[in-house]
Amino acid sequence: MIAFLVRRSVAALITLTAASIVVFLLLTVLPGDAAQLQMGTEGDAAALAALREQLGLAGSLVGRYLNWVGGLLTGNLGLSATYATPIAGMLADRLQITVPLAGMAVILSTLIALPLGMLAATQQNRPGDYGVMAFTQIGLAIPSFWLAILFVLLFSIQLQWFDMGSFPGWAGSPMPALGSLFLPALALALSEAAILARVTRGAVLDTLREDYVRTARAKGLSPGAVLRQHVLRNALIPVTTIVGLQVGFLLAGTVVVEAVFTLPGLGQLLLLSINNRDLLVVQTIVMLGAGFVILINLVVDILYALIDPRIRRGSHR
Amino acid sequence: MTRPSHFRRALQQRNLMIGGALTLATLMMALVSLTWTPHSPLDLSPARRLAGPSAAYWLGTDHQGRDTLTLIMIGARNSVSVGLAAVAIGLGVGVPLGLSAATIRGWWDEAAGRIVDVVFAFPAVLSAMLVAAILGGGALTPVLAIGVFNIAVFARVSRAAAIQVSGREYVRAAIALGRTRTDVALRHVLPNIAGPVVVQATVQFAVAILAEAALSYLGLGAQAPNQSWGRMLKDAQSLLFLAPGQPLAPGLAIALAVLGLNLLGDGLRDLLDPRLRPLRGA
Amino acid sequence: MPLNLCGRGIVVCAAALAALLGPLAAASGGAEERTGVVIGVTLEPPHLDPTTGAAAAIDEVVFLNVFEGLTRITEDGSIAPALAEDWTVSDDGLEYTFRLRQGVTFHDGTTFDSSDVRFSFERAVADGSVNAQPGYFAAIESIETPTDDSVILRLSRPDGPLLFHMGNGDMAIVAPESADTNRTQPVGTGPFRFVDRVEGDRITLARYPEYWDASATDLQTLIFRVMTDPAAQVAGLLSGEVDLFPNLAAPEALQRLEADEGFEVVIGTTEGETLLALNLRRPPFDDIRVRQAIVHALDRRAIIDGAMFGLGVPIGSHFAPHHPAYIDLTGLYPYDPERARALLVEAGLPEGFRATLMLPPPSYARRSGEIVQAQLAQVGITVDLEPVEWAQWLEQAFRGFDYDMTIVSHTEPLDIDIFSRGSSDYYFGYDNPTFNSIIADLSETVDPQSRASLYGAAQEILAQDVAAVWLFQLPKAGVRRTDLIGVWENAPIQVNDMTRARWQ
Repeated sequence: MIAFLVRRSVAALITLTAASIVVFLLLTVLPGDAAQLQMGTEGDAAALAALREQLGLAGSLVGRYLNWVGGLLTGNLGLSATYATPIAGMLADRLQITVPLAGMAVILSTLIALPLGMLAATQQNRPGDYGVMAFTQIGLAIPSFWLAILFVLLFSIQLQWFDMGSFPGWAGSPMPALGSLFLPALALALSEAAILARVTRGAVLDTLREDYVRTARAKGLSPGAVLRQHVLRNALIPVTTIVGLQVGFLLAGTVVVEAVFTLPGLGQLLLLSINNRDLLVVQTIVMLGAGFVILINLVVDILYALIDPRIRRGSHR
Repeated sequence: MTRPSHFRRALQQRNLMIGGALTLATLMMALVSLTWTPHSPLDLSPARRLAGPSAAYWLGTDHQGRDTLTLIMIGARNSVSVGLAAVAIGLGVGVPLGLSAATIRGWWDEAAGRIVDVVFAFPAVLSAMLVAAILGGGALTPVLAIGVFNIAVFARVSRAAAIQVSGREYVRAAIALGRTRTDVALRHVLPNIAGPVVVQATVQFAVAILAEAALSYLGLGAQAPNQSWGRMLKDAQSLLFLAPGQPLAPGLAIALAVLGLNLLGDGLRDLLDPRLRPLRGA
Repeated sequence: MPLNLCGRGIVVCAAALAALLGPLAAASGGAEERTGVVIGVTLEPPHLDPTTGAAAAIDEVVFLNVFEGLTRITEDGSIAPALAEDWTVSDDGLEYTFRLRQGVTFHDGTTFDSSDVRFSFERAVADGSVNAQPGYFAAIESIETPTDDSVILRLSRPDGPLLFHMGNGDMAIVAPESADTNRTQPVGTGPFRFVDRVEGDRITLARYPEYWDASATDLQTLIFRVMTDPAAQVAGLLSGEVDLFPNLAAPEALQRLEADEGFEVVIGTTEGETLLALNLRRPPFDDIRVRQAIVHALDRRAIIDGAMFGLGVPIGSHFAPHHPAYIDLTGLYPYDPERARALLVEAGLPEGFRATLMLPPPSYARRSGEIVQAQLAQVGITVDLEPVEWAQWLEQAFRGFDYDMTIVSHTEPLDIDIFSRGSSDYYFGYDNPTFNSIIADLSETVDPQSRASLYGAAQEILAQDVAAVWLFQLPKAGVRRTDLIGVWENAPIQVNDMTRARWQ
């Protein structure tokens, strides 16, 4: 087990390092830079060069990479080239929106998906199942940003229940803030709920076929009790895995949904920073996301290895 | 041969039928738009902008007074070509990668696995955004941005399928007969992993359409007159107060095309290998 | 049919809702005295130091609110005293003597005196300076500070627009104690001091009670909200979240807002000449007949109707129509597709040609581009559109000269001299010695009459040469709540001077 842990952790570290190099190199070939953008159509070559120097854009590639990674490791994220303020503070501001948004979406999607998935499994090949499967097909097909636009149209413009493009902040009561995140979270949650409902259905069906479930039934336990005591617990493992993996995708999904609702979250900052060529901010946000996905993958792998010893020996994929 | 029964079962499959019909409709729209559209996409007129449906303009007009149906058809062409190209890149690079990893194993397998892990560390939309920003507004941008992700998907799927197939008797028999590894991989393994790969291809086609729409919605995708459904949604969004009907047509077009491909994929899976679970996520 | 119903329904629905919500909004507004204003801006300033950046968005937030110059430009474009109470100019135009206002303090409590002027101007031209307009300081040979309240500038050559330039953010007066941190914590002498900023979202300013003209100011707080999305801007106005948009990016919504009694819509002017730049280095644009053909092929009125919902004044050269020296040259090469086709034949291009049109992000550029594409198609020119972000536009078109055509608005005031920067230094690729000598004369001419005639000649040469294809003057679609007064309607420079704004 120790050997497996070490092997997987080393692999995750290699992936993380490779990802950081890929991100860094990709971004250096972006056309244009922050200095040019700040000078706009004015400023001569000397001023431009001075600004580049001042913004730390002038060093060698390797030097800049090591600076960045060193900063990440020591917790000093550096200054934004565009705003000249510490990146850590900017990220903290944005995470106050994006983390609750993604969290709310996970909760909503789980709340929608679990009952639907179980309903579909217990009603396999009957109307309930077809209904749920039809819902998942629609959920998978509707782009979250279209749903978001329709929400804005209906709730913000037609009914005027929500103000668009305003986030009240967490300073006062949390209710207004939660309220303004609800629609974006729902728009994000729907397609994830569709995937999760399918996974739940499959997992419950698989478990229902297991011997111990048949035994429990044979012993005369009611279907409801079987479902609660045996099936649900075992089916939750694959379901939890998918929820974990979805968090990474949700963070990416927030980019688009925040754009529709003009919420000043991490996704908006990412888009803004790409357009501003504020590369340090872009790198840091992307690595934050990638690090998170890699970490979750690692945790999932380790959990699986704990459950199923066969995995430890070979490659599991 | 099992073909007649395959065919009969196919007819009985609702998913396959509906999915096939929707996909065919999308493909037809794209094809027809090459030679004919109801109006010219360059026929602009502020006088008839943002109009509702009429006899001359079935789906109404956009903010420049262009015919919405024409733009939807051209958008279909754009979505289909980006989807096909992105899947082709995934198939062309990913399948050989996965197949060779499963055949050669050892260091090559490890290296391929790491590369795939790195790609999967970035959610598809995120990596596509980065690639799109780097490549700028060119026509190939969304294709490459989405294609890179597809390579990783097909590598993983074909490797897993190939390893499973390698354990079967006919493959062992071929090896026992002294065939080379390459020969076995191409002649015995490849044909037998076609099922999962085809199913995955339809799923990735759908993912590509969604991703392309998201990219062009964010302003990182297709350029006019290569209208894109995502861009139409972006245009529509800025006019929500004035013309709330505008986002309906492009959004429905995306949803129906994706729905069709997903249903087709599910139908194909049931037909070819009911136990298969394609990778999902965007 | 459902689409149609929806289209009609929303108008009725919105009207009903407005009727319902109108009294509510009025009630909440009248109950307490309003002392703050929320201003919506489309572009976000990168940092907040107007002397170390070119972005107009910086000036739009901090200049005249947080920072001031020796002079100030008023709403009608004239020059008025600010930190300099008055000044005298020697007859040869080489010596400027300023008498500075006394009792002025910076927001950190430090006193403003002549040493701050010297510091600000010397800092702008020091080695490693990132001031975007070194040209503004180029003529200044020496700065003398005989007393705390007087400054004498000696010039190496006459500099006609110097006093005008002093009223721009690039020549704002900063203090040595705070200059290095002005990017994030701006400290100036203006009526409002900086309080707080959330990047990408808002910048908060508060009244500075020690301001030298404090009796003129009324507002206690100013909040600048960054709203890039046109739909969000309209939503912000309708929900009462934003009181003022100095320049709304959604011309399509103006009709609706005009009909609303709660809002005042004022269409003002800007210094933004929107043009279709042709890369004169590249064939076929090096052929004047091709350039003339392009002007003849474009219907400016249709472009304004289509892209700007009818807002904007057509222009035929690089000059703002509201300026006294403006000449209307739109009739020089009128809309005439027949003539355009004939000119293309003359130029040896009977089949037309194919070119790329690069479009930066603002909707005026993207929408105009679509119409230009359609209009040029009528005369056989096939246009491929290439939408780009600003970063790519600056790198590729503006600094790399790698483009065929592009649409952009040049928003600096009186910037006709950009056509004299030569083909190796500026993206147009235009180089005409006659034009250059007129610009050289202009920089040494102070008499308004002669300046106007020189400007007139410059405009005519540019139009005749088709140095670019001018489309329209960018409008300033200001929208404010009806009871907010004292706000600029025109923008001779890009600022939002809120000194005298107040609630009625």
